[in-house]
This record gives sequence, structure tokens and C-alpha cells, in this order.
Amino acid sequence: MNEAPIIKVHQLTKTYRAGDMVVQALRGVNLEVARGEFLAVVGASGSGKSTLFNVLGGLTVPTSGSVFIREKNLSHMTDAERTQLRKSTVGFVFQKYNLLPTLSAADNIRIVKYIAGRGTEFDPPFLDVLRLLGIEDRLHHKPRALSGGQQQRIAIARAIVNAPAILLADEPTGNLDSQNSAAVLRLLKHLNERLGQTILMITHDEEAASYAHRSVHMRDGQLT
Amino acid sequence: MINKLTLANLAHRPIRTLLSIVAIAVEVAMILTLVGVSNGTLHESARRARGTGADVLVRPPGSSALGTLSSSPMSDRLPIILSHEPHVVMATGTMVQPLELFDVMTGLDFAQFARMSGGFHFLAGGLPAQDTDLIVDAPYAREKNLHVGSTIMLLAHSWRISGIYEGGKLARIAVRLNALQNLTGNPNRLSQIYLKLDDPAQAQAVVDALRAKYPGYQIYTLEYYTSLLSVSSVGLLRNFTYVVIGIAMIVGFIVVFMAMYTAVLERTREIGILKAVGGSPGLILSMLLRETLLLAVLGIVLGILLTCVAQWILQHFVPGGLTQETVYAWWPVTGALAILGALIGAVIPGVKAVRQEATEALAYE
Repeated sequence: MNEAPIIKVHQLTKTYRAGDMVVQALRGVNLEVARGEFLAVVGASGSGKSTLFNVLGGLTVPTSGSVFIREKNLSHMTDAERTQLRKSTVGFVFQKYNLLPTLSAADNIRIVKYIAGRGTEFDPPFLDVLRLLGIEDRLHHKPRALSGGQQQRIAIARAIVNAPAILLADEPTGNLDSQNSAAVLRLLKHLNERLGQTILMITHDEEAASYAHRSVHMRDGQLT
Repeated sequence: MINKLTLANLAHRPIRTLLSIVAIAVEVAMILTLVGVSNGTLHESARRARGTGADVLVRPPGSSALGTLSSSPMSDRLPIILSHEPHVVMATGTMVQPLELFDVMTGLDFAQFARMSGGFHFLAGGLPAQDTDLIVDAPYAREKNLHVGSTIMLLAHSWRISGIYEGGKLARIAVRLNALQNLTGNPNRLSQIYLKLDDPAQAQAVVDALRAKYPGYQIYTLEYYTSLLSVSSVGLLRNFTYVVIGIAMIVGFIVVFMAMYTAVLERTREIGILKAVGGSPGLILSMLLRETLLLAVLGIVLGILLTCVAQWILQHFVPGGLTQETVYAWWPVTGALAILGALIGAVIPGVKAVRQEATEALAYE
């Protein structure tokens, strides 16, 4: 018997208003992601891929359709349940890193552990991950003292510190040069292969998508 | 960890943090200084009244217990009459002439006053030797930089300082009674009369008897009179205090509100990040309220220090004018008011932050 998909999306729509305009960002999206899969969602700007990222991460609610994350329907979740989902099940990596500028790199990671109620100390396996990411000697720096590539590695460490079932990455290489982009993508691939981390990566870059097991393409709010 | 984030947030924006603390401190200092000056000035008056050694005070008909006397309607024969009343062993009258602001000049019979109170304790010089001499207490001399032998213009007359005495007795400026009476065109007139009794325990009975015999005169035991010299007894002062406290609260509220509102706006993206990583509304609100509480506590501490500085300035630069006391009982009251105002000021932007969509917050530039 096959294992149930960790993400299952059925006829997902998302409509929002932008001034006087009604924008249909997602128009009946169907998608399944298997546990341990590295999936790339590829699309041009405005194709709806970031909206899909926000819905899957519980950052915004869908207009219709269903989204099952580990067999729990996100469409029926309350705000508190979606907060719990973000706390324990999903980790985010953003294009703009989104680190807290007032905290050191280490504290940016620790606060996510703290919020999840898991203390603030890093366990030995996670220290290995920090070494894998190559940031163990940059942890005491504030984000402004780090390069873009280093900030994105901190963001990746923050996203996986609580061992989430799913890592969502929205254009993780969008602000990086080609060398750092390749390094970050290799790291994501490595995390997927070594830790079995399920990854759903949003990108407009076919080359970045080539690091994933599988790619799906989005256009005008639909998967093609 | 949240405390660490709170401290880091405050340290990250030092100017805004400092301004918020100063604003709360000014609010606290305004309230504490006003209360301290009100209490101090009234208690100093009470201390000087008690320093007369009298047991009963007689004021003219139509006067109020706490009003400043601006006329001298009583005959200087009245003390002689009163001195023959039962239990009264001594009676002496004074004349009070208001000067500028809070100062008054008091004319008295120094010999009688010495018998009643034990006399002035001179730090320099001695009693007036002539009608153009006056004596002042040490705080007044310090404020006006007066010394024995120096002169001062008061009531359009030049006075020579003949003595400087230790404060706490009757008046800050004293002259011979007849000199002041003649100068102000009130010969043989008095403003108030002090009575000393053979048994202070009989003071109330004597007051009751005198009131019955001299209807219309305002007659009080010294104990009752000095008890009236408190902020809560002076209706106008009490209302004024409340108005200033209210204004200080509103100013503090607006400043903290503005500070927290801009803090939330500045940190829109950070709040979005916290929400994205699973931060609950309670956690974000808690972070903002902790920041506010810390600002308020630091503001209260600085406000108390500012109040002490204000007290030091009053003591050293205007010692003969306003007297400021440290009213410890008002520290927790003022602290609670400042914290309450600050927390209310933080609640609205805090709720705004909590209700914000994470996606909107993350898109904020």
C-alpha cells in the first residue's frame, strides 16, 4: 500500500482584491507531493506560484478547494491551528531571507525553537547540519554583517531547526549570485537526500528547478 | 528568549527608546514635583505655625482658615483683652503684609514673641534695632544672597538686614510690628493673634468658649489649623493637582502611543516573520507589552531622578520660595499611573500588529 502524500491539493482557488480589481491567483490547482520528495514549482512572475506557497504554508487561507497537509485539511483550520502548523509542520525559506535584524544569526534560529516550545539549545545532529551549511562560525553575527549567501543559509537552518515535515522555499536563490545560488541549491538537495526532508521550492529558474526530483509548471494560476 | 528579543528591539532603536523613556520620565516628574511642592509648601507653613509655640490662633471675622491675610482689621488691644480669658497666659498679635508671589512680611512684637516661642535662633546678627531693620530666615537669605548689614527693597522701602535666623518659625521675613503698621497705614491694627495656654490640653475648650464670646472671629486650635495645611484639605490645590496629573497622563499616553505605533509600523516585516515561524498573537502582543513595560519602568526610575534634581534645584536656588518634599507614598501611585498609561498606549498598535496578515506584513518594505 502506497504512503499517503504529505501534501494533497484539490481544486484549489484563491481570489483576492487589488484595489478595484478581483485577481484570481489560483484557478483549480491540483497537486500531490510525496513524503521525502523535492518538488520544484516553476513559473513566471504573476503565475500564482507565490500564492500557492502562502496557502500551503498556512500564511493565507484558500478561497475554495482543499489542501491536506499530512492528511489535515488546511481549509478548515482556525487561525490558531494554522499558527500551530507553521510552528511544527512547515519551515519557510524566503527570497529576502527575512531574518530578524535585531538578533544574532544564532538567536534567529533559537527563537524558532523557542516558539515551538523546544528550548533554545542546539542538539548534536543540528550542530552537524550547521556544519553542513557552513555557518557554524558565523552564528554570533547580526544579519547585516553577513553576505546574502550566508543569510540564506541561516534562513535554511532556521527553517529546519524544528525538523518540519515540509520545507517550503520561495525563490531561495532569487537574491543570490550564481555561485551562492548553486551552493544553496546543492544544500537543499543535500538536506533532501541526507535527511529525507520534503521540499517544495518555488522558482522561476529552470536551472534551479533541475536540482529537484520533479518539476511542475504554473501559468495563470494553474498547473500545466 | 522573548526578553532577549525585547531588549534587542529596544537597543536596536536607541533614539526612539530614549525619547520614549524621557517622555514617561517627564510625566512622572511632573506629577511627583507638583505633589512634592504642594505638600512641602503647606507642611513648611504648618511647621512655621507650630514654631510660634502658640496653642490657639485668632483670625479676623470674615477671614478663612487658609486664606492669605491681606488686611489688618483687628485692634491691637484685643490681645490684651484675650490675655485675661481663662487658661490664656499670653497673647501676641502679628500683622501680615503680602509681598510678591508667595512672600509675606510679618510685623510682630519681638519681646512677646520670644516669651511665647522661645525666640528666634540667630545664625548671624540679631533682632532689629530700629524700624528700618528686618530679619530673615536662612533659606530666604540664601536665595536672595542677603547678609547681615546688606539692604533689600521691600514695600518700596529700603531695609537693612539685622539678623538671619534658623527657619521654621512663624515667617520668612519679620520686622517690628509698629514699623509695619505705620508703613502700611494700619496703626494699632493686627492680622492675627496667637494665644498660649496654661494647659494645651484645654485648647479645644478654650476655642469653644472664645467662639461663643467673640462671634464671627475665626478661632482655631493650632493643631487643627496645621492639620488643614495639607493638599487634600485645600480644595483648589487638590483640583489643580488632579488636573496636572490628568494632563501628564494624557501627554504620556500620547507619547507612548506614538512611540509604540511607529515601533509597530517599523517592525511590520519583523512581526510578519514572527508570525510566519509560528509566533502566536499572544507572543507578539506579549513582546510589545514587555517592551512598553520596560520603557515605563525605566521612565519611572528616570522620572524619580528628575524629581530629585528638581528638589535639589529648588533647595539650592530658591530655598526661600517653594519647598519640595519627597512624597514616597506617591512613587507607587505615579508609577502605576505611568505604567497604566503606557500599556493602554501600546494596546491599540499591539492589537493592530496581532491582527495583521503575515503575507501583508512580509511584503512590507
